[in-house]
Amino acid sequence: MRKLGVFICHCGVNIAGTVDVKSVAEEMGRVEDVAHSTDYIYMCSEPGQQIIREAIREKGLEGVVVACCSPSMHENTFRKAVKSQGMNPYLCEIANIREQCSWVHQKDREEATRKAAEIILATLEKVRKNESLEPIAMAIDRRVLVIGGGIAGMTAALDLAEGGYGVVLIEREPGLGGHMAQLSRTFPDLDPALPGLVAKASAVERHPKINLLCYSELEDVKGYVGNFDLTVRKKATLVDWEKCNGCGDCIRDCPVEYASPFERGLGMRKAIDLFYPDSVPSKPVIDREHCQYFLDKGCRRCEEICPKKAINFAQKDERIELKAGAIVVATGYELYPMERLGEYGYGQIPDVIDGLAFERMLSPNGPTRGKILRPSDGKVPKEMVFIQCVASRDPDRYMPYCSRVCCMYTAKHASFYKEQVPDGQPYIFYMDIRSDCKGYEEFLQKTIEERGLLYLRGRVSRVFQDDGKVRVLGVDTLTGRMVEVAADMVVLATAIVPSPGVKDLAAKLRATVDRHGFLTEAHIKLYPVESSTKGIYLAGCGQSPKDISDTVSQASATASKIQALLSTDKLLQDPLIAFVDEGICSGCGICVEICPYEAREMDRRRGISVVHEALCQGCGACIAACPNFACELRNSSASQTLRMVDTFVA
Amino acid sequence: MDYLYFPGCTLYTKAKNFDQTARNCSLLLGFELKELPNWTCCGATFPLATDNLMALLPPARILASAREQGTVLTTLCAVCFNVIKRTNRLFQEDGEKRDKINNFIEKNYQGDLRVVHYLEILKQEVGFPQLKERVKRPLTGLRAAPYYGCMLLRPFEEMEFDDKERPTIFEGFLEALGAKVVEFPYKIECCGSFQSVGSPDVATECAYKILGSAMKNGAEVVVSTCPMCTFNIDHKQSDIKQKYLDFKTIPVLYFTQLLGIAMGLDHRTLGFEQNFVDPLPLLKGKGLV
Repeated sequence: MRKLGVFICHCGVNIAGTVDVKSVAEEMGRVEDVAHSTDYIYMCSEPGQQIIREAIREKGLEGVVVACCSPSMHENTFRKAVKSQGMNPYLCEIANIREQCSWVHQKDREEATRKAAEIILATLEKVRKNESLEPIAMAIDRRVLVIGGGIAGMTAALDLAEGGYGVVLIEREPGLGGHMAQLSRTFPDLDPALPGLVAKASAVERHPKINLLCYSELEDVKGYVGNFDLTVRKKATLVDWEKCNGCGDCIRDCPVEYASPFERGLGMRKAIDLFYPDSVPSKPVIDREHCQYFLDKGCRRCEEICPKKAINFAQKDERIELKAGAIVVATGYELYPMERLGEYGYGQIPDVIDGLAFERMLSPNGPTRGKILRPSDGKVPKEMVFIQCVASRDPDRYMPYCSRVCCMYTAKHASFYKEQVPDGQPYIFYMDIRSDCKGYEEFLQKTIEERGLLYLRGRVSRVFQDDGKVRVLGVDTLTGRMVEVAADMVVLATAIVPSPGVKDLAAKLRATVDRHGFLTEAHIKLYPVESSTKGIYLAGCGQSPKDISDTVSQASATASKIQALLSTDKLLQDPLIAFVDEGICSGCGICVEICPYEAREMDRRRGISVVHEALCQGCGACIAACPNFACELRNSSASQTLRMVDTFVA
Repeated sequence: MDYLYFPGCTLYTKAKNFDQTARNCSLLLGFELKELPNWTCCGATFPLATDNLMALLPPARILASAREQGTVLTTLCAVCFNVIKRTNRLFQEDGEKRDKINNFIEKNYQGDLRVVHYLEILKQEVGFPQLKERVKRPLTGLRAAPYYGCMLLRPFEEMEFDDKERPTIFEGFLEALGAKVVEFPYKIECCGSFQSVGSPDVATECAYKILGSAMKNGAEVVVSTCPMCTFNIDHKQSDIKQKYLDFKTIPVLYFTQLLGIAMGLDHRTLGFEQNFVDPLPLLKGKGLV
């Protein structure tokens, strides 16, 4: 028979105000195997823990029940305290008499006292049968996979690499930079976006600890935190990047031109071209869909001109097997497709463009060399309309959330427009202005005052082409009047949505997404960069819309969380998981189907089901599903649970 | 197949030409519009307040009585169509309101009627390609602007009539008749509706913009599906002319009148005397009458 100790916490008046702690302590002291029973005002305080430690030492206790708040608050505290006295921490259990007793029965002292005693008695039943357990130690791979080569992925990769960890950075496009590479200047400091970004991208490309795989996508993921097995598909660029010296002759000579997605359709690119002019790496890719060779084998000009013989039309996709201990998902965003915005012309009106297209127009290396010109006829627009909250904050029809960056970049856009076209008139339709980050409100006020921007508070109902103009029908809710503007050009601040394919990727990673497709964090305040799956971390707009400052902060936070995870040799895992009685298991496999963590597996040789210790989260689904009662949860066995139930119903 | 037909008040008075041409064309196309017996006014507007069940009684009564006669109900007037279709949808989706209204009107209508517009019959039952084959006098060279107005389309989640911002059914119909379709941006803008009673200036301005835009894009005739719209954009053209000196009149026809011409009906049966702007000079000029 074990010698047990019971320690009852007052939690100030939280428990003691309702439960008669003294009488409960006395009652527990009369239980046969309880060698020590006492109460104290704050058990979790240092003197409180000292009481527990001394009792273990002096009375030789072999099991402890602390009756206090929820185990999610202080289970760890007390387990550490008993461990310091040489007791196995899994022999210490919490009886929750605060959330589950005193707080909910404040009006009935007598009943609450009776119930508290029962909870403690039931917990004693559990401790009597608890086993001494050791945490499960797993070897970890100290490399990190970063998915996405935008500003978030690059920042996380560089931080991790600087910390000494090996990083594999995969990027779907042929070059680094993501959407930030499309921006002209960034608010609120109006710094040019590209120089800093290219410097960062070059640092990524050169870093000895970073293995950069552009034009690559994650195909398959197996394993678990500390030990992910990955398959990456490196798409065929049809150019041997090892041989290519980046001279650009092939690009110059290529006869095929098509609308560049990077330039948002405003500029052209060749069938063999860089991702964008300053792209890092500065190596071209052949686009199969547009290349004449793949249409009718009619052209091999790039192959002929290349001084390094780097063109290889026969190049195949390559599959690369990798291992990593942690994964950063930095998949970024896309703008809500204009083709789905009926009231703004379904993307069919050439002079109605989205924010990123306008950024390309403002960029010195963009299709218009930084000049603001109407896409339809190349004229300078004299009347400009900017519409905010397009498809954002519209729960009935589009996205219910705020896209965070539109207020600021619209002010920036209008300000650049006024700078370039002093006699032009910008109109901005807005719902309200959100400028809640450092320097934002100041930037906004300065812009409005200096540039004389005209803000109209209201929505636009329709936009259509009429007489060579874009007619904008809207309302000014401050004057209560309908507004009609015959604009030369309209810029839509369309909603930020997760980049395409994130749902599939999340499924591969067993990470979750919300109903809009943004990756979900484990806890919005306490674990904001961890996904709900261990070992998967988040950064950037794939998690939620955010600006560059927040993206970089989050990426660095993710990197430091991962450094903490990988700083040990072994990963310790809670041993409170399922185990199988091999003599009983019939190998039916129901548990394999039911396990949400892929932790159950058939051992074909022995004909039984086994538990993958590293993956099991101790949820108990397999235990409930097992028709033979062959699996149990450590320290929550059926006999323990039934004895606890007996205590309550007796 | 014959269709139960709810004409509505206007089609018995100001828009007889709409009603008559539709009935005659149906016969030529092989189906009959069987008028619902003892019909009443549709209520004229679908109530904006969600608890205003009183306003739903007339359309509910119409639907219940139609269900006793058949399974499909058609209308021509866009306003009636809007009210009846939305009431039908409410009967399908809101059991509580359905029971309440049924109890009051002492019927047991369950929302199991299909409410279709005449244009939908032409598209889905007759078929535009088949219609094209049966046209006797193609409207070749006639530049016609299809004017939808609001009532056929909005609210689009409830009406489910066509694309909310770029509908095409009307265009398909006019092409089948051989007309040249004039695309113009105001084709789904509001005509001013009942504002023509309380604030006529508002309605006049709406009509001026709609007609002006149609004419600017080359229209010779504007085609309507709605007596309300037609009142504002046809009958009020004298008001527009008084207010806007640059305004030139343009004929406005119901789509069934154009259908009648194309099906070879005698122009004297098409009720042009009820159209404010006489379309005969135009039609004669095109050799269509």
